[in-house]
Amino acid sequence: MKLGFFTREASRALHRNAAPSFAALATILLTMLVVGVFIPIVQATTGAANDVRKRVLVDVYLTRDAGQSDVTRVRELLLGTENVKRVEFVSKQEAYAQQREKDPEAFELLGTNPLPDTFRVTPEDPDDVLKIASALAPEAAAGGKAPIDSSIDEVRTRRDDTTKILQVTRFVKLMAGTLAALLIAASIFLIANTIRLSLYARRREVEVMKLVGATDWFIRWPFVIEGVIVGALGTLLAILLLAIGKIAIIDPLASDFALISAPDTMPFALLIAVMMGAGIAISAIGSGLSLRRFLRV
Amino acid sequence: MAVTSARSRREGREAPEHELAAAARAAVPHRATSAGPSVIEFRGVEKKYDVGAVGLDQATFSIGRGEWVFLVGSTGSGKSTVMRLLIKEFEPTAGTIHVAGRDLSEITHKRVPYYRRNIGVVFQDFKLLPNRTVYDNVAYALQVTGGSRKDIRAKVPDILRLTGLSTKLHNYPDQLSGGEQQRVAIARAFVNHPPLLLADEPTGNLDPETSIGIMQLLYRINRAGTTVLVATHDSSMVDKMRRRVIELSQGRIVRDEATGLYVRDESTREFAVRMRDGLPESSPEIQRS
Repeated sequence: MKLGFFTREASRALHRNAAPSFAALATILLTMLVVGVFIPIVQATTGAANDVRKRVLVDVYLTRDAGQSDVTRVRELLLGTENVKRVEFVSKQEAYAQQREKDPEAFELLGTNPLPDTFRVTPEDPDDVLKIASALAPEAAAGGKAPIDSSIDEVRTRRDDTTKILQVTRFVKLMAGTLAALLIAASIFLIANTIRLSLYARRREVEVMKLVGATDWFIRWPFVIEGVIVGALGTLLAILLLAIGKIAIIDPLASDFALISAPDTMPFALLIAVMMGAGIAISAIGSGLSLRRFLRV
Repeated sequence: MAVTSARSRREGREAPEHELAAAARAAVPHRATSAGPSVIEFRGVEKKYDVGAVGLDQATFSIGRGEWVFLVGSTGSGKSTVMRLLIKEFEPTAGTIHVAGRDLSEITHKRVPYYRRNIGVVFQDFKLLPNRTVYDNVAYALQVTGGSRKDIRAKVPDILRLTGLSTKLHNYPDQLSGGEQQRVAIARAFVNHPPLLLADEPTGNLDPETSIGIMQLLYRINRAGTTVLVATHDSSMVDKMRRRVIELSQGRIVRDEATGLYVRDESTREFAVRMRDGLPESSPEIQRS
């Protein structure tokens, strides 16, 4: 009964206040679209970066003619190096099998196995990668790097890739965060403005309500609900657009691009829930601001 | 058309007096007498506004249960200040106000709405909601105070019949005459059967004949046991009514007297006849605006 009364009052006010309500709704829609698009993007890139980060390894390639005894010797050497957590040996054959699985045609054409034996060295800490690399292959006087063992052909790290990805991710996050913050502020402001106009339009009603003894919250609720309706409608529209976008664009592409189908992104249902929560919270805050400021009860 | 509606209005107004009395008596256990315990008590009340104006200065008076009191005085004399103090719109600068034995300063901000439900208020400008029908305007008072749907459906037609508005249920305020609008406002103020009714210039915007109708309605409410406090500057009305008069001038009480000619327990009809006495000869139907 009461909720019905509040909702009726709120929708009555929305009808009368169509233009500002629409402006607020459009802003919320935009905000939620941005939030809805950026949450998965940030998550996917962060996921990818973490993936790379986790794979921060030092690859130690052996020379092509390294024999079994060389392999054993280098393993001992690597295990004896500081900061090394784990050493994993990948033989030529294993490497070949792995690569061929990824790209059968190319390796079919190749015929022979061009891959060397490899040690994958996992550091204690990803930041130790460079230390290990320079310990295994110190800078030579003549420039370039001279490995400490004759059977080691090359020592390689993937640190550069990681740094780049992390930088990009950070940038995307920062941009998304700033944009979202600005839009959220705009949404709150516009909702507050809508409610303020509604308050002005209904000041007589508020006066009468006070006279006949309505409690403060009884007077406030319709305005809060009005704001929340605007917020929820805007969010609902945004979710609808996102769902259409997801089904029409993202899903067909997901099988081709690893980033889109990144398993680290939250499920769509959860995303909807988060957006709904955010939309309603934003509009409630907006309404609350106006009520605090302009409704003297 | 106008004549028929006027007649039906009149009939609707007169017929159910006993119902109203019964309803009000249920809310106020004791039958009206001016000797009853005081409903309103002002003790040395002072109100100074921020700008330095004096709203009320050392006002002391008390109004008994079931009494009818006029508050007179020119504009700015403090009539409205008294009204606004009574609905606790603001606090007095000094002094104490008791309503029904309760010290108003002890009512917390949170409890004020509940306190106001015991007071009906009527204003010169009616304060009706223009986008709601007569029925909805009255129902609003009940909705706002948490009345159930059943309650509303039972009470609203009743009170509208008592105030003579049965035929106007679905009209909007701007389709009504001033007198009818004030009746709606009174219906709204009285739908909860408050023991105290405040009327701030209830006839300020109305012609004499319509004013009598409004006074008659308030009188009937008063006879049913509700204490009525009317602020007005319509001196002819005050003179004819012969009730207790408190006169204010620049915030001070300069007169507080019950007229010697006080007619006790006069029926509403006698009341109306006496009130119309001396009014220029004219048909009420034409007079009605």
